[in-house]
Amino acid sequence: MADYIKLKKGLNVPMVGAPQPVVKKSVISEVIALKPTDFKNLTPRLLVREGDAVKAGTPVFADKFSPEIIFASPVSGVVSEVVRGEKRKLLEIRIKTDKQIEYIKYDLPKVEDLSAEKIIEALKKSGLWVCLKQRPYGIIPNPNVEPKAIFVSGFSSVPAAPDYDYALKDEFDNIQLAINALNKLTKGGVHMGLSRISANSTPLHKLKNVYFHVFDGPHPADNVGVQIHHISPVNKGEVVWTVDLPLLAAIGKFFSKGIYDMSRTVAITGPRANDPCYVKAVAGMSMKDIAEFVSSEADPKQSYQAGCGVRYISGNVLTGTNVGAEGYLGFFDYQVTLITEGNYYEGLGWAKIFRPKKFSSSRTYFSWLTPKKEYNMDSNYNGGERAFVMNKAYNDVLPMDIYPVYLLKAILAEDIDKMEALGIYEVVEEDFALCEYICPSKIDIQSIIAKGIDIMLKEMA
Amino acid sequence: MDIRKFVDNIKPTFEKGGKLGFLHSTFDAFESFAFVPNTVTKRGSHVRDCVDLKRIMIVVVVALLPAFCFGVYNIGYQHSLAVGADMGFWQMVWYGFLKILPLYLVSYIVGLGIEFISAQINGHEVNEGYLVSGMIIPLIMPVDVPLWTLALAVAFAVLIGKEVFGGTGMNIWNPALIARAFLFFSYPSKMSGDEVWVSVGKNDVLVDGFTGATPLAQATGGDLSYSFMDMFIGLIPGSVGETSTIAILLGAIILIWTGVASWKIMVSGVIGALAVGFLGNAFAPEGSYLALPAWNHLVMGGFAFGIVFMATDPVTSAQTETGKWIYGFLVGALAIVVRLFNPGYPEGMMLAILLMNTFAPLIDYYVVNANINRRLKRATK
Repeated sequence: MADYIKLKKGLNVPMVGAPQPVVKKSVISEVIALKPTDFKNLTPRLLVREGDAVKAGTPVFADKFSPEIIFASPVSGVVSEVVRGEKRKLLEIRIKTDKQIEYIKYDLPKVEDLSAEKIIEALKKSGLWVCLKQRPYGIIPNPNVEPKAIFVSGFSSVPAAPDYDYALKDEFDNIQLAINALNKLTKGGVHMGLSRISANSTPLHKLKNVYFHVFDGPHPADNVGVQIHHISPVNKGEVVWTVDLPLLAAIGKFFSKGIYDMSRTVAITGPRANDPCYVKAVAGMSMKDIAEFVSSEADPKQSYQAGCGVRYISGNVLTGTNVGAEGYLGFFDYQVTLITEGNYYEGLGWAKIFRPKKFSSSRTYFSWLTPKKEYNMDSNYNGGERAFVMNKAYNDVLPMDIYPVYLLKAILAEDIDKMEALGIYEVVEEDFALCEYICPSKIDIQSIIAKGIDIMLKEMA
Repeated sequence: MDIRKFVDNIKPTFEKGGKLGFLHSTFDAFESFAFVPNTVTKRGSHVRDCVDLKRIMIVVVVALLPAFCFGVYNIGYQHSLAVGADMGFWQMVWYGFLKILPLYLVSYIVGLGIEFISAQINGHEVNEGYLVSGMIIPLIMPVDVPLWTLALAVAFAVLIGKEVFGGTGMNIWNPALIARAFLFFSYPSKMSGDEVWVSVGKNDVLVDGFTGATPLAQATGGDLSYSFMDMFIGLIPGSVGETSTIAILLGAIILIWTGVASWKIMVSGVIGALAVGFLGNAFAPEGSYLALPAWNHLVMGGFAFGIVFMATDPVTSAQTETGKWIYGFLVGALAIVVRLFNPGYPEGMMLAILLMNTFAPLIDYYVVNANINRRLKRATK
């Protein structure tokens, strides 16, 4: 049976805009984009040219150093534009979509009859291999190294979180099929973290061939990194794989129907979503397609936000990417968060005794008096950058046996031995998102972790 | 928002290339003091908690207010006792206020002045850490400290205690205590003895038998005339803010409730002090200083003020939670050891905190190493 893990540390960030369980639109994008930048440490090699016709499943680019790892188009259509940045860095491949998606069909035997090698082969060929991530570092896994185990988080506790039980309610069989397939790739089995709140009500708990672990506690209980830390932590030399639940469904669809189907239910959330809900869409959808869900004016109750624009975030508000009104949904994102740009001055903000429209987890303000209240948060820093001062605050939101400030300082000092000793193998950026959120010194902590991972990757290369 | 418009109008003058560009950091400090800046997140988490260091520092200042207010009153009260004057409550407060105002003016003008200049030279933003240090420094001084020595001490504390390390967050020792230690060792006659603790004018005539001795001085001499309750309430001679344990406890409640200071350091500090105190009691010859019941040490001298407001400084104390227990215990224990066994220094709190500031990184080193070893053991299992 499932084991039970109680997490005391963490913080639920009370932002308004959680989605109502209703699908309001089936988005058919005119143009979608693939973004090599969604994948960490990837050097892409382009396989198509502007004007080429592609089907759903056609390889669009590949990993330059492992060309058998390909990235497929989620739609059928014509490559309309290749966007490059500085030093010709490949940023986006835009594809003008057909009205009806045409899929490449794969003929696969039943999962039960496939060997591990065949499954890896099929995943690589279809473009689904890149749904998997490897820890340490959160990169695309090396197919030649067997992982200790595979981990999936079965819920989301981010601010204004989508409800996977709703978003994936028709995908149960596909998820089961994917688990059966992935089970063949590791001796350690597939592990799934469930939330204590929904552990018995979620359809997921009926899944077979999977080890369940029930997590009880605030965010980041849903972070797969936190879950791994408590189930079977990553030691030096060990490798585990993780996969997002919605992508597990995509892998399952591949084995059942033989197609590369990246359609997904995306939650439209956040304070500037005028009607937080779900839409049916495809990975890489354009933000233009959800323009009708964006409120053009800031909430009049938040007078200081008057006239401020909207930030479009692909992903959640703690770890997502600011893509802009014309940007595209990321490969690993199942949520769009709309918040107000906080480029306003707030007179004597920090000196007000009460600041009821802003949330603070620190008791130096009075948010603790209204524990159920949700807040209209915006992108203002709420202060200026300083050196690390309040060292305990970070400990309180990181439910891992890791000293966050010591690890961060080891990274800033580029001390590889110390980073290794202090736990760099166990973390990726998202695990430190809450540390960054609460930081009174306004330090960009996730960038420091990203830098640490880059240093390690260069060192190990 | 007319003030905002005015600020926007004069802003270009202070930016690089503007006429007053050399005052950029100063302008920025005043602007961000009056207005939370309009900067937005660029990387990482898109929303941020509304707490910042300014808020944390102002909470400490608020927590210091009870001790400050009591200190102001007590200056007047002690003066009236010393000269035998019949003064009303407000007269005493006014007298105390006039006495302490110059100390604060010197503390903030010199301290913030140096902070502003060094921020300008280094191109930093001005850090708000000195708001707290500047509030504390007059509270740990004798009321009659000469202003020029105070100015020297503040300059020394800010420059050598903080700026040479890179400013708030990088310093090793508590800056306020550096100021006090500087005066203590450079101008001992102004910092100890019986005369300095009570404000007395040149022409005032002392009441017969009034000495102005602090409880610590009396206890070292073997005849403590104040009861536990006297010292707990705090209408006694001493540094401005340290005398009233009640006022300090009010501050401690604010600090602990808001989470700004560590209750672990405070609790373990008290345990450490009591441990050494009781140990002394157990082996004390009858009637000696050692025989003074241990709990008296908690309300005498600067112990309470030090353990609540200075040992808990988040920058210079131990950084790990386990380390805080050890660090606090040793601060408390060492302070009482110095009091009991070193006849040269009646008060041990300042030295105990500064010494443990020095050793805090060593304590943390062993705590963090234990974490590293746990991780290694896990791997070889």
